[in-house]
Amino acid sequence: MTTATESTTPAAPGPENGPSPHEQSMAFVRTALGRIGRFVFIGFVIVFFALPVLWLVSAPFDRAPALRLSVPEFTLDNFDVLLDNPFAMQSLGNSLIISLSTMAIVLVLASLASYALSRVRVPGRDMLLYSLLLLSSIVTGTAAMVPTFVLITELNLIDTQLAVVLVMAGGLLPAAIFILKDFMDNTPRSYEESARVYGASSLQILRHVVVPIARPGLATIAVWSVVQVWGNFLVPFILLRTPDKLPAAVVMFTFYTEGGQPNLALISAFSLLFSVPVVLLYLFVNRRYGFRFYGGIKS
Amino acid sequence: MPRTSLNKQEPPEDPPLVSTPERGFLRRRRRLNEDAAGLGRARAGAFVAPALVLIAIFLVFPALWTLYLGVTNWRLTGLAAAEPEFVGLDNYVDAVTDDRFVGSLTRTLVFVACSAIAGQMLLGFAIAWLMRRASKAVRGFVETLVLIAWILPASVIAWLWLAMLDRRNGSLNAILGTEDTAWLLEYPMQSIIAFNIFNGTAFSMLLFSSALASIPPSQLETAKMSGAGTWATLRDVVFPNIRGHILTAVLLVTLWTFNVFTPYLLTGGGPGQETEIFPVFIYNLALKTGELGQGAAFSLIMIVINLIIALVYLRVLRERRHT
Repeated sequence: MTTATESTTPAAPGPENGPSPHEQSMAFVRTALGRIGRFVFIGFVIVFFALPVLWLVSAPFDRAPALRLSVPEFTLDNFDVLLDNPFAMQSLGNSLIISLSTMAIVLVLASLASYALSRVRVPGRDMLLYSLLLLSSIVTGTAAMVPTFVLITELNLIDTQLAVVLVMAGGLLPAAIFILKDFMDNTPRSYEESARVYGASSLQILRHVVVPIARPGLATIAVWSVVQVWGNFLVPFILLRTPDKLPAAVVMFTFYTEGGQPNLALISAFSLLFSVPVVLLYLFVNRRYGFRFYGGIKS
Repeated sequence: MPRTSLNKQEPPEDPPLVSTPERGFLRRRRRLNEDAAGLGRARAGAFVAPALVLIAIFLVFPALWTLYLGVTNWRLTGLAAAEPEFVGLDNYVDAVTDDRFVGSLTRTLVFVACSAIAGQMLLGFAIAWLMRRASKAVRGFVETLVLIAWILPASVIAWLWLAMLDRRNGSLNAILGTEDTAWLLEYPMQSIIAFNIFNGTAFSMLLFSSALASIPPSQLETAKMSGAGTWATLRDVVFPNIRGHILTAVLLVTLWTFNVFTPYLLTGGGPGQETEIFPVFIYNLALKTGELGQGAAFSLIMIVINLIIALVYLRVLRERRHT
């Protein structure tokens, strides 16, 4: 009470008496402006990030999908168009084949390698791990597209899905081994010893003892590699030619009507269907490990 | 053998409880104990080999091969495709005098500076800073939106932007009332910069929001008590505390943006060569025009630039660990 009267009396504007009314109103204006600025900025951020995505959730359900955003006149017809289009469904199948095969290779080879590196002390092991990781972050798909293309051509693997799988797996393996080794290091060794006492072979121990314990790590790597391959555009774009081998990420850009206009009914429904698995995997990881974890697995 | 008893003694982390000589002993025992599955070096080698072979063929070899391909006149079609000739450093000499090469590098510099450093990092930091005090609902909503822009497949995002920026029917023209503005033709560079900010801000936001959470609250409290404004607080308390995170973000975001190919989906490098950033340039030159030898030379340049950024990053990491 006293402080309030003191600070509002203009008679005693001393330094020990707090800010003068003028200063006070200035401060008030400043906080008000700051608050308005903050609201405007947050509003801008929301519009910037939401505007493009709105189309993805409205157009697929619109009776007459246009490029412009509009409140949809609800229908599921666009998904019928999608289901009737052989290329579209096949490309989703191709994406599935390519990403699951890559995942399988990465998972098997990375768990074998990381297990061995975790349990046996090889000279220069850490050096090897770090240089592999360094290598995979500098020899990116973009930087290596020319030699990769020439290599695949020379190997006679051009225009095969196997080529895409092998190239993707080669790029993902170093990081996968690196992450998995961390998980393997933290699994207890005593079970392996007792399994060995009972005469289990190393592969049996790996399959029946280590893999079940390291399951969270393996799940991480599985989700991570599927997400990486599912969305990848460049590698299949440069290595595949035949339309019926293309994955969804590439095929999207070939959906035009006879008139040369983009087939919006097809593209909108297709984009949504193509995005759903990634979002679901994200939600899965989010529930399991908290979404901040996803930051670690995206790139 | 005291193996099992040793295992029981082995705590997960055993810092100050055991004295140093004893710890050394424990560690030595542990090392012997490490090969619990009885793998042995030979079998361990067999376990590692398949992965290493795949990495060697599809990652190491292409990178090294650019050294050779880059000094040939290898072409996609024609005579030079069958029998490529050695041309020495011609590809590199041509590059330095080629306007298209120099222009592309300059554009890449602008693209990285504007979209990665100024765009993603500033925006990511601003969002992280403002969301610190926001209500849980607002924070969750904003962060989810930013994350969605990151996790959707790049092809889908590119298509969403194509739809939004369309000249005739795009939502942007409808909202701004700028009828008939062809954004991708009139403002091509600005468009791909905005697109890349949209796509990549999430990483900076996540990094900075965890960095901000690590600042001791007492320091922020002190700044507030002494009447420091936002700018003074940022300068004197926040930035010194998160210097390491900022450096990390600069280097990683630069590396990724430098290697990004998705702007190709918006503009294909055009109109003319206005948005031909380095990756798109390599693609157009090597795989569209067929100049594989020259493309390989430029790929090598790109790998070397990546290597430099990565080495600086590793150095920063090491220094951070020491301090």
